[in-house]
Amino acid sequence: MAVVIVLVLLVVGSVIFTFVSPYWFTPIASNWGTIDDILILTFILTGIVFVLVVLFMAWAIHKYRYDKNRRSAYEPENNKLEWWLTILTSIAVIAMLAPGLVVWNDFITVPEDAHEVDVLGQQWHWAFRYPGEDGVLGTSGVQHITFANPLGVNPDDPNGQDDILIATSQVMHLPMDRPVKILLRSKDVLHDFYVPQFRAKMDMIPGQVSYFWLTPIREGTFEILCAELCGVGHYQMRGKVVVEDEASYQTWLTTQPTFAETMSSGGVDAGVSLFDRGRLLAEGQGCLSCHSLDGSAGVGPTWQNIFGRSETMADGSVIVVDEAYLRESIINPNAKVVEGFDPFMPPYDLTDEELEAIIAFMRGEGE
Amino acid sequence: MDYVAPAEVEDLELHDPDTFITKYVWSQDHKVIAVQYSIIAIAVGLVALVLSGLMRLQLGFPGMFEFINPATYLQFVTMHGMIMVIYLLTALFLGGFGNYLIPLMCGARDMVFPYMNMLSVWVYLLSVIILMASFFVPGGPTGAGWTLYPPQAILQGTPGSDWGIILMLVSLVVFIVAFTMGGLNYVTTVLQARTRGMTLMRMPLSVWGIFIATILGLLAFPALFVSGIMMLLDRVIGTSFFMPVIISLGQQLDYGGGSPILFQHLFWFFGHPEVYIVALPAFGIVSDLLSVHARRHIFGYRMMVWAIVIIGGLSFVVWAHHMYVSGMNPWFGFFFATTTLIIAVPTALKVYNWTLTLWKANINFTLPMLFAIGFIVTFVNGGITGLFLGNVVVDVPLSDTMFVVAHFHMVMGVAPLLVIFGAIYHWYPLVTGRMLHEGMGKFHFWVTFLGTYAIYFPMHYLGFVGVPRRYYDYEGIEFIPQSARDLNSAITIAALIVGVVQLLFIYNMIWSYFKGKKSGPNPWKAASLEWQTPQTPPVHGNWGPNLPLVYRWAYDYAVPGAKDDFCPQNQPRSADAGSSAMVAGSAPSAEDN
Amino acid sequence: MGIVKKLTAKSWSAENSASDDQHLSAISPHSSKIGLRLFLAIVTSLFFLVVAAYKMRMDLADWVPMPEPDLLWYNTVILIASSLAMEWARRAARRGQAQTVKLGMMIGGLLAITFLVGQLVAWQEMANLGFYASSNPANSFFYMITGIHGLHILGGVIAWTRSMARIGRGDDEDKIKLGVDLCATYWHFLLLVWLVMFALMIST
Repeated sequence: MAVVIVLVLLVVGSVIFTFVSPYWFTPIASNWGTIDDILILTFILTGIVFVLVVLFMAWAIHKYRYDKNRRSAYEPENNKLEWWLTILTSIAVIAMLAPGLVVWNDFITVPEDAHEVDVLGQQWHWAFRYPGEDGVLGTSGVQHITFANPLGVNPDDPNGQDDILIATSQVMHLPMDRPVKILLRSKDVLHDFYVPQFRAKMDMIPGQVSYFWLTPIREGTFEILCAELCGVGHYQMRGKVVVEDEASYQTWLTTQPTFAETMSSGGVDAGVSLFDRGRLLAEGQGCLSCHSLDGSAGVGPTWQNIFGRSETMADGSVIVVDEAYLRESIINPNAKVVEGFDPFMPPYDLTDEELEAIIAFMRGEGE
Repeated sequence: MDYVAPAEVEDLELHDPDTFITKYVWSQDHKVIAVQYSIIAIAVGLVALVLSGLMRLQLGFPGMFEFINPATYLQFVTMHGMIMVIYLLTALFLGGFGNYLIPLMCGARDMVFPYMNMLSVWVYLLSVIILMASFFVPGGPTGAGWTLYPPQAILQGTPGSDWGIILMLVSLVVFIVAFTMGGLNYVTTVLQARTRGMTLMRMPLSVWGIFIATILGLLAFPALFVSGIMMLLDRVIGTSFFMPVIISLGQQLDYGGGSPILFQHLFWFFGHPEVYIVALPAFGIVSDLLSVHARRHIFGYRMMVWAIVIIGGLSFVVWAHHMYVSGMNPWFGFFFATTTLIIAVPTALKVYNWTLTLWKANINFTLPMLFAIGFIVTFVNGGITGLFLGNVVVDVPLSDTMFVVAHFHMVMGVAPLLVIFGAIYHWYPLVTGRMLHEGMGKFHFWVTFLGTYAIYFPMHYLGFVGVPRRYYDYEGIEFIPQSARDLNSAITIAALIVGVVQLLFIYNMIWSYFKGKKSGPNPWKAASLEWQTPQTPPVHGNWGPNLPLVYRWAYDYAVPGAKDDFCPQNQPRSADAGSSAMVAGSAPSAEDN
Repeated sequence: MGIVKKLTAKSWSAENSASDDQHLSAISPHSSKIGLRLFLAIVTSLFFLVVAAYKMRMDLADWVPMPEPDLLWYNTVILIASSLAMEWARRAARRGQAQTVKLGMMIGGLLAITFLVGQLVAWQEMANLGFYASSNPANSFFYMITGIHGLHILGGVIAWTRSMARIGRGDDEDKIKLGVDLCATYWHFLLLVWLVMFALMIST
């Protein structure tokens, strides 16, 4: 008997939970309300089936509980009943599938007037590129990537010279009410451009360009997360997207450097201090995914107050962290590993100049 | 009717054991091998259970456990997933239940290739040892997620990319060899060694489920085999099957031109049938549990068989529904969404028929029945969320969120496990001659059923919120409210309780082996053949001097006109009206002779 | 009785019961033959997937054809001859000509071993030309396909040694016949696989 009561309570509880609990979608910020509609439709149809099946079962096991003076009914099959159930189920399935496919057709049909934005993922960082005044993105490829050209824009493509680069801030802007085609690239592993409020998402695959489109319909700042496992720093690969009116968007866009500008000034980091160069490098190389700056635990030791700190090594010896140790630990990380951490960091092949910049940054943080 | 000695079915040359070693270690008896398979699978499953507890600790109480860092967290996730799917569920259903039940339910003395069967279990053990070894190599086991997607699986930046991934791939290849040796046995035995009168449509649904699942496995595992070999080559000798031009952590690698998507296609060509490799045996077994304990034939037997066959066939043309947002050609979405939702129809029919079996039945609330009911609820819940994820456009916002995690745990984690528990409570008396302890079993059922529902039902709603999966920490993500974090803590507590209670189940199995109530033959009064052996538990060779003869299907309960509530498969129709006592439990063919 | 009829039978009703009671599971062919056929189906699935992967990888930009050593043609001829010898042995076994069986099996097996050696030499040649497995995708596939195929042949050779041992011992004639039969089937199948794979590799 307990079973019957529990089953009924389970159904009632599930329904109540659905309506009462605070857990529901974030308010939508794109045109993909149609996706939500199909989802709600699916929810209602399948919810009804769940409630009916479980309640029917609860009723049946109550009514037909064991009685030694009774025997079960003998009716090996009932074609009519089974046909009806097949037909009803098929209708319900079609009712979900057909509108779903219509919306999918919208989803994969990018409007002619959509403007393009290029997103590059890497472990564990986002970078963005907008077409310049010509409205056309230059060609790009991982093989073009250098320290000065972090997005791999083809330097020989005239279309790319005026492309606008957002290489380090991890913040992108989008104008309201204008369809945008988001082009997705990766330079290392799979990533996935995911903004919950947009509903849409798509994987980024090294070696090819994937895409999806949307029209932002709500102003605000939204978080960009990576939704495809991309290594230890996966959970820290975060950016921001700012949706704003057209005027603010244009103003913002004009303040960002173009590809030609960054190249002629020797790369995105020209003219900045050694400390800032170090910071850019640390972000770009993904150091900060494992080494925190605020003392919190990570895959590797925190960089807060790292310079001059005494660390106990895995073999029990104690080392005072100095420039020589940091240098060695970047080039050959697993030679001396701090106790309690795994020998996990890959060796980095940096130039002397880059090493100096990073170490300056690590020092600076400690001061 | 002239009598043909059952030697008409090739009599196997049985390998007669004489020492302890040949009887219990290098045994060729399918029953011993089944137990060996089960013990290894359950042992390795306990490792996976502990891993899931550790990972839940981090999710529920982030930062409280120093030894769980982002790398170890991903390693826990990966090893938990891989062990549960392959080394526990696949091995236990097919190697454990398949081995035990097929010969007994078909009326055979053993598998047709006993020696290969023995090799199978030992090679399986080898694959488990290789897998476990990866915990102890530098860098630890792989943390690439159970899907092992390249490029990240073999690149720096993923835990275990030096030795862990190599051992994982080698272990999988070895497992596939083991599975193939076992699988050839299961299929050939069903085809060749059924006893006289055991037509295909007289077979219990357990055999059907295991039979079709094994065929799926035999045809699908090669995809994992090929992709595993290709990835090993990419990792070890630097080929570029799956590897495009990559700059990893600031360094240009020597790869170029390959396609990560190619791996995903191969992986899911295996991965989707794998879901049914686990689900179909569960479907079959639960049908038998329902029927026996509800004292009623399964409703719509033919439809149940066809559904198993159709689902098995369709499972080969739905694989890319795991890849809707993978960046593959978006036009595939139309095809795969359609095929995926078509599968819902035969699956739904199976659910209807299970509930209709209970309708107008005479239901005993035994432990197997409780677990079967728990299975139906869990499976319906997990099945309908599959309609969300299968309908391509609804998958877009939900993919890679906790909704997916909740969905597949319900449908191919908890639901099959409930069947496994029910099946163990059901067949334990046949294997050991003793009943499992009822009180402990009830406690185990209620905590497991309600606990897992408490874990996974709310988890779907975290997916609606948009909480992504495989995240070490949600610190600083603004759209995830505090209430969702609290929910994560609650889920963790439920998970830990459910996890601990599984130990009680293990204890029950050990305790009952020595102290359990003696069951006698056929304690559930089941009609299917496995309970009709001359001895309980059955001895080597199963059937005594003569193989049983089968006169009916496996579901003759409450037959109108029959004296007893059930008619064993080996009871001639002419004996229905009389007493069946002389038939049940004795060698029927002797009297027929 | 056709498979459709079998699978639509109402097995609970008393109607067909009498004939069903007489139902015998397949007595022939021998279980080993069924097992082998099933195994060949698995291997077919394996190589089918290799071909699918090959085709998909081929469509990517960096594909270049690989050199085709003449030796592969000679190896192909050797494998055909090996298969023919096996067939000769099989037919002789049916007629009960013990000496011919022995000779055919011996030639077939040795030719298969020769084929394996030939493939290793082909690897050597390929490597000497500077084409390693990681040089280009076509070569990666070449090494992988010939490797997997070679392992299957090697497995066949192991089974063959068992059959030869049986013949040497002068075992039961039926068992020898079965062993020869299984070997021949396996050999033909692997020949077919090789022809398809070889055609695939030289045509692209």
